[in-house]
Amino acid sequence: MGWFKRIKEGITTPSQEKREIPEGNWYKCPECNHVLTSLEHAQNYWVCPSCQHHERIGAGEYFALLFDEGKFRELAVNLTSGDPLEFVDTKKYTDRVNSSMEKTGLRDAIRCASGTIHGEKVVIAAMDFRFIGGSMGSVVGEKIARAIDYAIKNKCPFICISKSGGARMMEAGFSLMQMAKTSAKLTQLSNAGLPYISFLTDPTTGGVTASFAMLGDLNIAEPKALIGFAGPRVVKETIGKDLPEGFQRSEFVLEHGFLDLIVERKDLKDKLALIFKMLS
Amino acid sequence: MAIYLDFEEPIKELKEQLEKTRELSEKDQIKGDISSRTKELEGLIEETTKEIFTNLTPWQRVQLSRHPERPYTLSYIEAITDGNFVELHGDRTVKDDKAMVGGFGMIGDQSVMLIGQQKGVNTKMRQFRNFGMANPEGYRKALRLMKLAEKFNKPVVTFIDTPGAFPGLEAEERGQGEAIARNLFEMINLRVPIICIIIGEGASGGALGIGIGDRVLMLENTWYSVISPESCSSILWRSWDYKKEASSALKLTSEDMLSNGLIDGIINKPLGGAHTDPDAIFGIVKKEIQAHLGKLMKTKADKRIDQRIKKFSAMGVFEGKK
Repeated sequence: MGWFKRIKEGITTPSQEKREIPEGNWYKCPECNHVLTSLEHAQNYWVCPSCQHHERIGAGEYFALLFDEGKFRELAVNLTSGDPLEFVDTKKYTDRVNSSMEKTGLRDAIRCASGTIHGEKVVIAAMDFRFIGGSMGSVVGEKIARAIDYAIKNKCPFICISKSGGARMMEAGFSLMQMAKTSAKLTQLSNAGLPYISFLTDPTTGGVTASFAMLGDLNIAEPKALIGFAGPRVVKETIGKDLPEGFQRSEFVLEHGFLDLIVERKDLKDKLALIFKMLS
Repeated sequence: MAIYLDFEEPIKELKEQLEKTRELSEKDQIKGDISSRTKELEGLIEETTKEIFTNLTPWQRVQLSRHPERPYTLSYIEAITDGNFVELHGDRTVKDDKAMVGGFGMIGDQSVMLIGQQKGVNTKMRQFRNFGMANPEGYRKALRLMKLAEKFNKPVVTFIDTPGAFPGLEAEERGQGEAIARNLFEMINLRVPIICIIIGEGASGGALGIGIGDRVLMLENTWYSVISPESCSSILWRSWDYKKEASSALKLTSEDMLSNGLIDGIINKPLGGAHTDPDAIFGIVKKEIQAHLGKLMKTKADKRIDQRIKKFSAMGVFEGKK
């Protein structure tokens, strides 16, 4: 027995207080603590050059990354959430939506756009985790539906970039039915013989995994993204044991047969172009 | 001994009084005629039952949907088919999931594929049935059976009663999300009629995984939503104590789901919940299935699928250009 017992593990300063470096100038990798300028980080596709940690990015960043010259035409821009259930928990749903809109400048948890990748027309729907956890309510469902309609009309491939905690609780039954709605629209895309690439990023869970995210002709993921139906905390509570290393990460999901490939962000555009060429 | 829920206490007390009166009279401890007293009590029981059951709160309906004496899927199937049912097992890939049952059965002269989540009737069976929480192989078994029905041009009826898809480690390894997603995709395009009936709990993706139909019906005292009131409470209120508030907020009752256009109809039950008179509810459900199938089978498959897609595509409320 030692004389001293360390009751508190490690350094206990909360992470907010630790971050003294002014935000916007420097980026510190949460995985390996590597520090670089935010500009360098963005130029490296928001990926840590030291450990390849893929930082979460928004829909706009993916558009900039994928569309030729960053040019695109946004679809169904004006859709915003209703409040069909007049949902109130500790906060009003409408207040949550409004504060999310203010904070993020987004209208909801997804943006859809058409443009070209290496000259070929595509439609991309990209979810944004900053907006109520990227949750899927009526707007997300409707925007995906319209993006698919647009792809069918213009006979071009459809890419959906998933990044979501799942269905949005505050629209309850309506959110649940967006799983049915998006799947129904995907059958139309499929019947039209057009490619659907599902690109799964960190995190993709719940009702999004259990609908369009798992229905790609090809399911592609970013490295080390959390992908699952039940969240890791719920699974842990169910089995009453610690989860194995790497559980529900892209590499694990690929090994179990539910992903076609894992692609690093810097290679994504070229890889997609190649796949579309092979499919056309 | 019948099981009473907390809000049924007044009914329980009256019934006990009635029994006691009868008992005492038999033992000659009460002299004379008791018929006026028993009649009065019976009247009171009816009145109280009516009062309680016409003013149920959403949370009380959730409680009723989980009543341990409620009939489960196999009881419905057994009664509706008069025992003319052949249960089929296995997903042909991993195993046979006991939380999901299915097989061909005869409803009158019509052969039908019947599928549903199955809960257990006692502690041992509840474990055997995994509390009605299917693994991926359960959803894949359901899909296999639906495809079999499609091949032989037989309609599909599903019975939904689940607290959710099983959130276990192996379920994740074997692709719970993919299994449910695949079912949604395939059920949309299934060429035979599909009727889905929520007979108890309709929790989230686990329910929807066998819930894409030309007709989606709910028994009166059941619930259907994106999450259980308990989990909703724990996530949004960060406490397990707000399940009543959550059940109201989620608008998960049959009436709310119908008025929001998210289901196609409600099947009314005898007063007091399905468990008080199972035979009556079996008869009502059988008639409903026959009536809907009669109409659905007259429609051409392509048109039916088109209507199915249109129905689900129209679900959602948002602001902005239509």
